[in-house]
Amino acid sequence: MDIFLENFFNIDSLIQIYPLLVQGLELTLLLAIVTLPLAVLCGLLIAILYSFHIRWLNILLLIYVDVLRSFPVIVLLVLIFYGLPFLGLKLGSFAAVVMAITVNNSGYYGEILRAGVESVPKGQREAAHALGFGPIRTVVYIILPQAIRNVLAPLASNSLELVKTTSIAALVALPELLRSARVAQEQTYNPTPLTAAALIFFVLLWPFARWVAKLERRTMIVR
Amino acid sequence: MTTSTLAAADTAPMIRLRGVSKWYGDFQVLKKIDFEVARGERVVICGPSGSGKSTLIRCINRLEDHRDGEILVNGVTLDHSMRSVAAVRQDVGMVFQQFNLFPHLTVLQNLMIAPMKIKGVSKDEAEATAREYLLRVRIGEQAHKYPGELSGGQQQRVAIARALCMKPTAMLFDEPTSALDPEMIKEVLDVIVELAGQGMTMVCVTHEMAFARTVADRILFMDKGEIVEEAPPEAFFTNPRNERTKAFLGQILHR
Repeated sequence: MDIFLENFFNIDSLIQIYPLLVQGLELTLLLAIVTLPLAVLCGLLIAILYSFHIRWLNILLLIYVDVLRSFPVIVLLVLIFYGLPFLGLKLGSFAAVVMAITVNNSGYYGEILRAGVESVPKGQREAAHALGFGPIRTVVYIILPQAIRNVLAPLASNSLELVKTTSIAALVALPELLRSARVAQEQTYNPTPLTAAALIFFVLLWPFARWVAKLERRTMIVR
Repeated sequence: MTTSTLAAADTAPMIRLRGVSKWYGDFQVLKKIDFEVARGERVVICGPSGSGKSTLIRCINRLEDHRDGEILVNGVTLDHSMRSVAAVRQDVGMVFQQFNLFPHLTVLQNLMIAPMKIKGVSKDEAEATAREYLLRVRIGEQAHKYPGELSGGQQQRVAIARALCMKPTAMLFDEPTSALDPEMIKEVLDVIVELAGQGMTMVCVTHEMAFARTVADRILFMDKGEIVEEAPPEAFFTNPRNERTKAFLGQILHR
């Protein structure tokens, strides 16, 4: 028991590496704050384009979404960070992570929002048109508000996944929470920083996870 | 505008279709339809399901596009241009079988959104107009409820008010009472009759024959994509000439 506590809950080591963890947390939050709106925006664009029902465009969008869905985000990151420089495009590690997560999640958000758009009955579009709404206003004022409400639970759930995905940044040596914890572990020869990082993730995301669970249950009852 | 052009505009038909045809794949839903509605005129279209009557009125505000022929609404020829479609849709209100109220907006917001977003009417003015029309359809006290909290009859009356808030010069009704429980049909028809009494130009697809008799200046009977019979209500009901009209009336009146 003592060995366990000394290794995983070592207070001295925690005090020593505390600043590193705070820095890591800040970077994790920054990554989430930058990528989340970007990915949602890209997904929204996909869903809006899809909702115009232009056949060739919809086929292209479906292919885009399908490719991204069957592609691990970590592979995408490695391709962007280590592959793109061969094409003359060298991104910093922060930019590479933002790009990988945004592109990957744009597919997921796009798919969720597309399903939301499809869930709005055809009569809504017709009523809007009959009142004089053009294609863009119809989508903005009538279709999207209903679409988003119908898929709020999967949207929130995917956002939770996105925040967790930011830890792939550790792979390209970006000192977010996980990477900082690894560095701290190497400095102190003690895995306590890893436990701390895990706990921080938990404390950060658990309330959000509870909220998502509630949303999911509510939409199940309503439908 | 001079007096003479004004007079010409007044006598010109509000809606005119000439040789309008439409196909769904190989199936021809509309066969060379000629059809006119004068200003202030009330036309009822009836006919068996699949006869093309809904398709016909949905062509008038281009919820469906026609392939051949010409459609003229209040002086505007409907073609593929966004401008002609927008002009016609602003001029012509429509009420649907399934009400199609916007469920994410309150009753009041349902009535205000189109005037505000499309005509650029101020919020205060849009609200004043909305409240006025809600009173007219006898539903003033429900302004802040959501459509889902209302009965079918109430929802359809809100839908009528919503169309009226755009100050249309003509109204299209596509089987406005077909989705309603029997006890709610009257409250909706009463509102439409009242509107007819105020001189609104209207085209109404319906199976409510008693209503057609009271409100219509002219009744059209459609079958298999054609207008088979066209007559004022009295002549239509007492002395139908076409065999198909007789058969239809026999079924619908003596159930």
